[in-house]
Amino acid sequence: MSRRTFRKLVNALALGLSGLATAIGLFFLGAILWTLIHSGVAGISLTLFTAMTPPPGSSGGLLNAIYGSVVMTVIGILIGGPIGMLAGTYLAEYGRTARISTVIRFVNDVLLSAPSIIIGLFVYELLVIRMGHFSAIAGAVALAIIAIPVTVRTTEDMLNLVPQGMKDASTAMGAYPWRTITSVIYPAARSGILTGLLLAVARISGETAPLLFTALNNQFWSSNIAAPMANLPVVIFQFALSPYPNWQQLAWSGALIITVSILILSIAARVVVSSLPGGNR
Amino acid sequence: MNTVTAIDGRHASAQRLRERVFQGATFAAALLVLLLLGGVALSLLIGSWPAFAHFKLSFLTREIWNPVTDQYGALAPVYGTLVTSFLALLLAIPVSFGIAIFLTELAPVWLKRPVGVAIELLAAVPSIIYGIWGLFVLAPVLQRHVQPWLIDHLGPLPLIGPLFHGPPFGIGVLTASFVLAIMVIPFISAVMRDVFETVPDVLKESGYGLGATTWEVIWQVVVPYARTGIIGGIMLGLGRALGETMAVTFVIGNAHRIGSSLLAPGTTISASIANEFAEAVGDLYTSALIALGALLFLITFSVIAAARLMLLRLGHRALSSV
Repeated sequence: MSRRTFRKLVNALALGLSGLATAIGLFFLGAILWTLIHSGVAGISLTLFTAMTPPPGSSGGLLNAIYGSVVMTVIGILIGGPIGMLAGTYLAEYGRTARISTVIRFVNDVLLSAPSIIIGLFVYELLVIRMGHFSAIAGAVALAIIAIPVTVRTTEDMLNLVPQGMKDASTAMGAYPWRTITSVIYPAARSGILTGLLLAVARISGETAPLLFTALNNQFWSSNIAAPMANLPVVIFQFALSPYPNWQQLAWSGALIITVSILILSIAARVVVSSLPGGNR
Repeated sequence: MNTVTAIDGRHASAQRLRERVFQGATFAAALLVLLLLGGVALSLLIGSWPAFAHFKLSFLTREIWNPVTDQYGALAPVYGTLVTSFLALLLAIPVSFGIAIFLTELAPVWLKRPVGVAIELLAAVPSIIYGIWGLFVLAPVLQRHVQPWLIDHLGPLPLIGPLFHGPPFGIGVLTASFVLAIMVIPFISAVMRDVFETVPDVLKESGYGLGATTWEVIWQVVVPYARTGIIGGIMLGLGRALGETMAVTFVIGNAHRIGSSLLAPGTTISASIANEFAEAVGDLYTSALIALGALLFLITFSVIAAARLMLLRLGHRALSSV
């Protein structure tokens, strides 16, 4: 075999394998989605959204769990979103070149990849022990802590995309930095910041580990945020590992609901970004 | 004239006040990020103190985990964490590398975006979904088709043989590694893709100009140029794998022992905490679990910090969603 044929052969083999690798990745996405749809759709009905989680063997739905997940995600993003946006604003504007910003960026990146179960332990020590019991608000705080680094990062990135000329024009009109930021920079980066918030919501709404020992679970309807509250991920965890077929079916339906919502959020975030002028991430 | 100056003065001081309040708020929020990490470290230290004070260094070296007699050692979960993550990387790295190459060098433009988005969506799927899928779909498949083959063909081999002894349980260390691998593939390939895209076209074109094949350009131009970024991406994936909880908890089997076989059930730090923490009674038991958390924090913090430093040195910031 000539050297030329050999090189061509190696090339074809390597490129073929890389195509295969991509096929493997896509296969698993497809396999997971297919399983979810196949096993989850059977349990999708009106009762799923109108009835509470049942005891073993009787029928029921996921209303309290869906409600709890929505409540905790909303509180989580209401706490974490503004803090993340303000911190991101500091990094992109006031402290752009400050030495402490380098440290904060680094710490934020570490938090971004920190295991979520550790955040759960932290909130357990911080709130659950002090309050003396598990509570929805503790769960929401854990979710907020996970949402903060995501929002910080996207806010900083998006504010950096705003052209310097716009900021200069505002400053030249005599505006203080806060006025420039709130009246010029934020509106210009609005869809980018929104994307960050959507990604943060997508990230926290599927989190299970930090809720296990903060919000815990609740078999019944509860709208008291100082008490344990049902939530989809923990219900899926408990029901899927149970030996009862009706619980397992509910777990699959819950898994389908949560995945579809998160995929819709992620795709929505991408659509928002691609509608940005000049932004095609 | 006087009134105008007065109004202007009031206006200006009000503006200055707002400026200081707003700037202070952004700075406070930025400091909070620092405080969060400090707070996490401190609370883990305080929470784990009773366990470390009671068991001293033997906490790290003992395999025993017995809530009845209140004896705890971290060896089994630490071992499980390291082994599953290592195996997951072993499986995930070649696949992620292939995906990154496909996305940057091979895919036609119309295919790049949809395939890239699909892989990113794989990263958005919550870990509990991987867990439930791993338990009900992957574990039975491995048990019926893959593990018997491994036992028959790799079991008799010297050296690596003992790793594949024993009955095919379905759930266990190997299955957990498999699920972890699927989970970290999108993270590693996203970083690799971004790093590959930073390679200047001129470099690649000079390779092609010399008559190199696509593969030769990738292996001899792109990879050496992007080496730091590739390693950083792999370590970021390692950080993910080490701390991943739900996906592992479903399929690892939760046995506090170190089996010689990869097919046997085991446990990891995060799986132990997830399984036992809410039901743990007694201060020492709780503290031992928090001590496990502290160890996990230490391990992942070093890995993530090293990865971030590498990516930072590259002057490159990885995907915001990662």
